[in-house]
Amino acid sequence: MGNGVPATPTPPSATRNPDARPPIDKGGAAPLVRIRGLCFARGDKMVFDGVDLDIARGAVTAIMGPSGTGKTTLLKLISGQLRPQAGSIEVDGQNVHRLGRGELYALRTRMGMLFQSGALLGDLTVFENVAFPLREHARLPPSLLRRLVLMKLEAVGLRGAADLLPAQLSGGMARRVALARAIALDPMMVMYDEPFTGQDPISMGVLVSLVHQLNDAGGLSSIIVSHDVPETLGIADQVYVIAQGRVLCSGTPEQVSADPDPRVRQFLDGDPDGPVHFHYPAAPLAEDLLGAGDRRR
Amino acid sequence: MITEALARLGRSGLAALAGIGRAHLLLAGIVAGVPALLPRPRLLLAQLYNIGVLSVLIIAVSGLFVGMVLGLQGYYVLNQFGAEESLGVMVAASLVRELGPVVTALLVAGRAGSALTAEIGLMKATEQLSALEMMAVDPVRRVLTPRFFGGWISMPLLAAMFSALGVLGGWFVGVGLLGVDDGAFWSQMKAKLDFREDLVNGVIKSLVFGVVVSWIALFQGYDAVPTSAGVSRATTRSVVHSALAVLGLDFILTALMFGD
Ligand SMILES: Nc1ncnc2c1ncn2[C@@H]1O[C@H](COP(=O)(O)OP(=O)(O)OP(=O)(O)O)[C@@H](O)[C@H]1O
Ligand SMILES: [Mg+2]
Repeated sequence: MGNGVPATPTPPSATRNPDARPPIDKGGAAPLVRIRGLCFARGDKMVFDGVDLDIARGAVTAIMGPSGTGKTTLLKLISGQLRPQAGSIEVDGQNVHRLGRGELYALRTRMGMLFQSGALLGDLTVFENVAFPLREHARLPPSLLRRLVLMKLEAVGLRGAADLLPAQLSGGMARRVALARAIALDPMMVMYDEPFTGQDPISMGVLVSLVHQLNDAGGLSSIIVSHDVPETLGIADQVYVIAQGRVLCSGTPEQVSADPDPRVRQFLDGDPDGPVHFHYPAAPLAEDLLGAGDRRR
Repeated sequence: MITEALARLGRSGLAALAGIGRAHLLLAGIVAGVPALLPRPRLLLAQLYNIGVLSVLIIAVSGLFVGMVLGLQGYYVLNQFGAEESLGVMVAASLVRELGPVVTALLVAGRAGSALTAEIGLMKATEQLSALEMMAVDPVRRVLTPRFFGGWISMPLLAAMFSALGVLGGWFVGVGLLGVDDGAFWSQMKAKLDFREDLVNGVIKSLVFGVVVSWIALFQGYDAVPTSAGVSRATTRSVVHSALAVLGLDFILTALMFGD
């Protein structure tokens, strides 16, 4: 596994970059998330084939990679929504897939997740959506609950939209509400699935600084999944680039930006062709167009 | 060729069995959600409204018309034997024993069951169920349990209403339009209709249909392929399976209850 691929689980030494960020692993503490030998397949398609990955505490870790490589799948594996075929995933020292239901749910109250689609509850208002986890898990007096929810909404700039229904929001607004919901319980870690897509430059800037603030103030650990290369490299402490079921490279943003691997270069620079294919695996185009295959079309 | 067909048959048989297994697991999960539901009656009330109250109009109108047709048809048959005083018994017995529970179940499956399937299926397709999971809230207990009991409790109440309005419809046609004696209509009904034989058995039927219709609707939604095509297929299946299950079970229950 990992032959020739620099799938280094431990953060590489920062000697190459003297101006690298302050050390991520505060006091050499055990990582918050520890993934070893992860294998996961969807049907015949191998999504992960021996992935080792560490998410440090209190840091912003970015997971990057081309569309369809399994970034969303990785978040679902970490949160125990999917079960790997092999390998282990530990969150805060607990093996996610060995936990009983109650323990898993207890762990999840300490995890926030921002779904790629927002996934707001359609029959509740924006206010009630953000209040939902608080009502479920924290016994708060109504006035405090109201104040908390409005503060979370204020942080994402949508306090004025509190009475709207999710169907009345734009995609970018829905995602910001989902972000407010994900941090409602002040979790120890938040997983952001594509937080920046569909945001205008202003909200993008606000979101970037919000993620930053949450991390600095709350000691929160963040996992950001994104294709937005400059924004993500700008706020991440640690970056993993994954493609074709493997970790291609990892390290600080500076190290990753300087990585010579052509596959990494292609992704970061956005070249349409190179070792990583833009196309989903398929027969050659000419063959398909000329009807050489015996496909039923 | 033949082996291929056999293999296909075997595969679909296994898939059906697996589906039945999943449906039973889901039912167990739904029932396990009862303790969590008890302290939050609002969730149940909301579903009683959604499923029960919102079905009242269609049930009332259908009951009235079915009763009127029964009054008309019953009168023509009974009239030939000079027994039109028995019209009240005939209308009431047909409604309470059969048409009330069965037609109500079919209507509820069409009106509320399909809506439940689509709602749950769409919640799955839009990842709302996963979001609940991630917020450490069990979607089965939180979303499905109140809907199941809302449907189950609504069913006998709606069936009772269907039968009551049906009797009124039959009375209107028989007594009001065709001149059957008012006193005979009601007194024969009271004398011949048995509480245990007729009423209790009718209620038992509706309780069974309530379980079946709610269960099928929720299972089809929860098990739907999370795409628009998948949800639409699940909605169709929900209505078809519910109708078949209700009619088949009605035969079995009738044979058990009135068969000896
Ligand atoms: N429900 C599913 N059933 C079968 N295959 C799936 C399913 N969901 C995802 N896949 C496959 O798993 C792979 C990884 O999907 P995933 O959604 O994790 O990608 P991603 O990296 O998040 O992509 P994007 O950046 O476009 O969101 C894809 O190739 C996809 O075809
Ligand atoms: Mg994704």
